[in-house]
Amino acid sequence: MKRLAIYLMCGRKTPELAAAAVEGGADLIELGFPFSDPLADGPVVRAAAERALAEGMRTRECLDCLARTRALFDVPLVPMTYSSLLEAYGWKRFETDARAAGANSLIVADLPADAHEELRRVQLVAPTSTDERIRLAAERTDGWLYLVTVAGTTGARDELSPALAGLVERVRALTDVPLHAGFGISTPEQARAAAELADGVVVGSAALLAADGGPEALHGYVASLRSALDATVAV
Amino acid sequence: MLTYGEYGGRYVPETLIPALDELEAGWRAALADDGFHAELHHLLTTYAGRPTPLTLADRFAPGKRLYLKREDLLHTGAHKLNNALGQAVLARRLGKRRIVAETGAGQHGVATATVCARFGFDCVVYMGAEDMRRQRPNVERMHLLGAEVRPVEFGTKTLKEATSEAIRDWITNVETTHYLIGSCVGPHPYPELVAELQSVIGRESREQVLAAEGRLPDAVVACVGGGSNAIGIFSAFIDDEVRLVGVEAAGAASLGTGRAAVLHGARSSVLADDDGQVLDAHSISAGLDYPGVGPEHAHLRDTCRAEYVGATDEEAVSAFHRLARTEGILPALEPAHALARALELEAELVVVCLSGRGDKDLAQLA
Repeated sequence: MKRLAIYLMCGRKTPELAAAAVEGGADLIELGFPFSDPLADGPVVRAAAERALAEGMRTRECLDCLARTRALFDVPLVPMTYSSLLEAYGWKRFETDARAAGANSLIVADLPADAHEELRRVQLVAPTSTDERIRLAAERTDGWLYLVTVAGTTGARDELSPALAGLVERVRALTDVPLHAGFGISTPEQARAAAELADGVVVGSAALLAADGGPEALHGYVASLRSALDATVAV
Repeated sequence: MLTYGEYGGRYVPETLIPALDELEAGWRAALADDGFHAELHHLLTTYAGRPTPLTLADRFAPGKRLYLKREDLLHTGAHKLNNALGQAVLARRLGKRRIVAETGAGQHGVATATVCARFGFDCVVYMGAEDMRRQRPNVERMHLLGAEVRPVEFGTKTLKEATSEAIRDWITNVETTHYLIGSCVGPHPYPELVAELQSVIGRESREQVLAAEGRLPDAVVACVGGGSNAIGIFSAFIDDEVRLVGVEAAGAASLGTGRAAVLHGARSSVLADDDGQVLDAHSISAGLDYPGVGPEHAHLRDTCRAEYVGATDEEAVSAFHRLARTEGILPALEPAHALARALELEAELVVVCLSGRGDKDLAQLA
């Protein structure tokens, strides 16, 4: 079965939204801990981060949000954030406290695999990554590899990136770890096409837009992605 | 992995790492190539107007021997061109024909637009909407030079956001595009590369002050936003017994009141809160209105090799007027901060980097 990861930004309503996403068929929830200057993010995630910060969602509040979300279901929860938060909170302390609050792993969007190797996290690889870097990321990653489908930031695109097929092929030749494709996947059709290549997909910006409509709207959107992915398995 | 003591590094999305490796390799090859140095020297002397003079300002600072390193007389009116020319030659060696840049005061944007016109490159400059308003003449200059200026309408609408957007553009177009960063900030190797390209300021100043006075200065003073003119002039005096004084805007004192944080790809001293969220900087001078600073400055501060002080908006404006009335020079508001502190410094022989001219700031002073 293809895995479906949904990205949500930490906020007051996030536990409830995450539960709706799981109900709709998400296998993993990435929880954004907002940063003021998120270099990897496009307009939707960036605006969501701005709103969350304005709402007072700082590291401690985000850890509380994580713990409250953890209480609602069992699927893996993975905080996704930026180095500056860990630098301020303490790298080891962040990892310890996040695990204690129920995190299953961690993603740091601006921390390449060769930095802070002691920090167990899901590593990212991109179409521009060399084979040597893919090998390093695969060796150090925590469970699965995050395949960035495009050279670019997060956010919806009209078409699934043509670079994904080549990237999957290169990564498969180097490692057996599961591969989740993300960045630029928003429609069920794109999710299905990406899942035909990878083991799972990550949907962020489009999920945030759906979440603006409340838990029911998010549930419906996630369910549409789930059906698209389940159709892949039948192929 | 960190480049300057505990500072520097590469805190960027994985997509950029291969481009930074390529940039570093291209940079090392250029440094080892006499042809690169010869071409850059030719451009700096026949196009940019180097060497720039060293002017004694004895009416501005009576009782001192205070010299101004006249980067305001460089083509385009600021030291930024030294870096832009060097990176343009490098970009062509790397086969990149599209350039993106960020700009605050607009001086780096103008320098970038200028070299792109000269080299026939496509040029996109990101500029905060607030900065576009207060530095209108530079926006018009960039347009005339054929650059596309993209306003950044979110967040602080100043240099911090413009830099983030330029980096996002680079992530998206990394195969074809060179990111021509304007200061000694950003991921490795940028801080080192920009410092090297600006070191010409220090080399000339050292020779000129020795020729004029027969000795090294007691102090060298420069304004610090990202810190490129300061690192450029400091570099030639770092192994000497010369006080190095960086002057920050009081409302943007990344070194004075900042803390270790990660911004725009490097660990440095940053205006940030307890949670690592980057705070807004406030300065009358768009070029100093930046919450970060080059990692090498953070290291020079920690090792006590350089000292960093602040100047308020009012002090800078007052120094601006004093230089105008006593020497017939309109400085940019950025180096006016350095002038304010240099005047009262307990040192007899002082060199101040006059990093740019003030025409762009007239609307601020009216």
